[in-house]
Amino acid sequence: MNDVLIGILDIQLGNLTSVANAVYESGFDYQLVSTPNDFKKITHLILPGVGFFSTAMAHIEKQNLKTAILNFVLVDKKPTMGICLGFQLLSDYSEEGECEGLGLISGSVKKLISKHLLIPHTGWNSVLSQVEHPVLKGIKTNRDFYFVHSFHFEVKDTKNILSLTEYGNNIVSGIFRENIVGFQFHPEKSQNNGLKLIENFCYWDGNSKC
Amino acid sequence: MLKKRVVPILLLKNGRLVKGVKFNHYRDVGDPIQSAAVYNSQTADELIILDINATQESYFDLLKILAELTKSCFMPLALGGGIRTFDQAAQLIHSGADKIVLNTICYQKPELVSELAKRFGSQAIVCNIDVRKHIASNNYILYSHSGKTHEKVSLAAHLKKMLDAGVGEFMVQSIDRDGTMLGFDQFLVDEVMSQVKTPLLIAGGSGNYQHLHQIFTQTNVSGVVCGSLFNFSDSSPIRARAYLLNYGLPFKLV
Repeated sequence: MNDVLIGILDIQLGNLTSVANAVYESGFDYQLVSTPNDFKKITHLILPGVGFFSTAMAHIEKQNLKTAILNFVLVDKKPTMGICLGFQLLSDYSEEGECEGLGLISGSVKKLISKHLLIPHTGWNSVLSQVEHPVLKGIKTNRDFYFVHSFHFEVKDTKNILSLTEYGNNIVSGIFRENIVGFQFHPEKSQNNGLKLIENFCYWDGNSKC
Repeated sequence: MLKKRVVPILLLKNGRLVKGVKFNHYRDVGDPIQSAAVYNSQTADELIILDINATQESYFDLLKILAELTKSCFMPLALGGGIRTFDQAAQLIHSGADKIVLNTICYQKPELVSELAKRFGSQAIVCNIDVRKHIASNNYILYSHSGKTHEKVSLAAHLKKMLDAGVGEFMVQSIDRDGTMLGFDQFLVDEVMSQVKTPLLIAGGSGNYQHLHQIFTQTNVSGVVCGSLFNFSDSSPIRARAYLLNYGLPFKLV
């Protein structure tokens, strides 16, 4: 696996260090990706994220990263994973800053609203996988992962749903399509199961069939 | 379903871990990196690390410790103590903090709290409120600067202001109970929860697992923050969760 190099999108927001350390802990090298040129060597891309949707998209546009990301995902068809905000960026549109996303998975990001539940959705919650996927291999269903978010991804097509999590209603906690996966929770913060997921991603060839 | 949280708190003073009683009489309780590694292997739900020196110099110690921690702790980390500027907070987040814990600055510069919430999202901003109970009036009095400075604002007004500023979580700490191991202040939880619909952590007073059970069954608090319980007894987050799971309370499966 010497030729694997995990790119981590650096959009000057949020917590990159934890993602980078989790990749390294899994036995892989990483490179921060902040310009279109940085895409040349990487074999996998992680869009990490804590932060504000429209601020992130504005940065992606400003650094001319949008075309590079779309090429990497849609033309080169390389394995790509979004985490938390990075997962939401895969959508068409978000209410957070009323802004268009990357449009890689159809659906939009909406504010979590509930009379009874505490917002943000913060803490450990069960992830119920809906299909088998190489990135979830070896992780039992119904295990807990760490969530912290105030917006959620309303996926248009149920065939893109990888996992669900109950918080008031079912929210989509994982998505997939071809060489793309994305998670609302933070695998890099979810101890052993999270590290397993990141390791699986690093070994993944981008084929979503098990 | 969302789980309850048992959160160890680590207080840093001159690069060492300490624990006090009622925000005073601090005793050395070990090395921060080693303790954090132990809590990580005990699969604690989250860690809170506060620098109680809260100076410019000690802020760099906090950063250094964070850099070490993130290499071995793959769990949520909340850091704070002495954060006074946007850049200090941003640096902590870039270096691996998932949340930053703000206290004194919430009184002095609420606009900075909004700025941080806007940049990093509400979920990354924890507002820590330290209180003492005023016996005669039965009111909570708020304190900044690690319990040293009395703030004039009421608890209700402060909560409201911080919600408007975009805080995503509150951590309230009873100075009266701190280090006493006599149990949490349930009225404090009730008072805060009657006013906010954001996650709440209660700190100050945990002395045994019954205290945890009591606060989780009597209130809807999101998590408990424990210092002395784990520092001065053979208790651990694993055993705490096992005890509470036996009562049917929801905790994470690993």
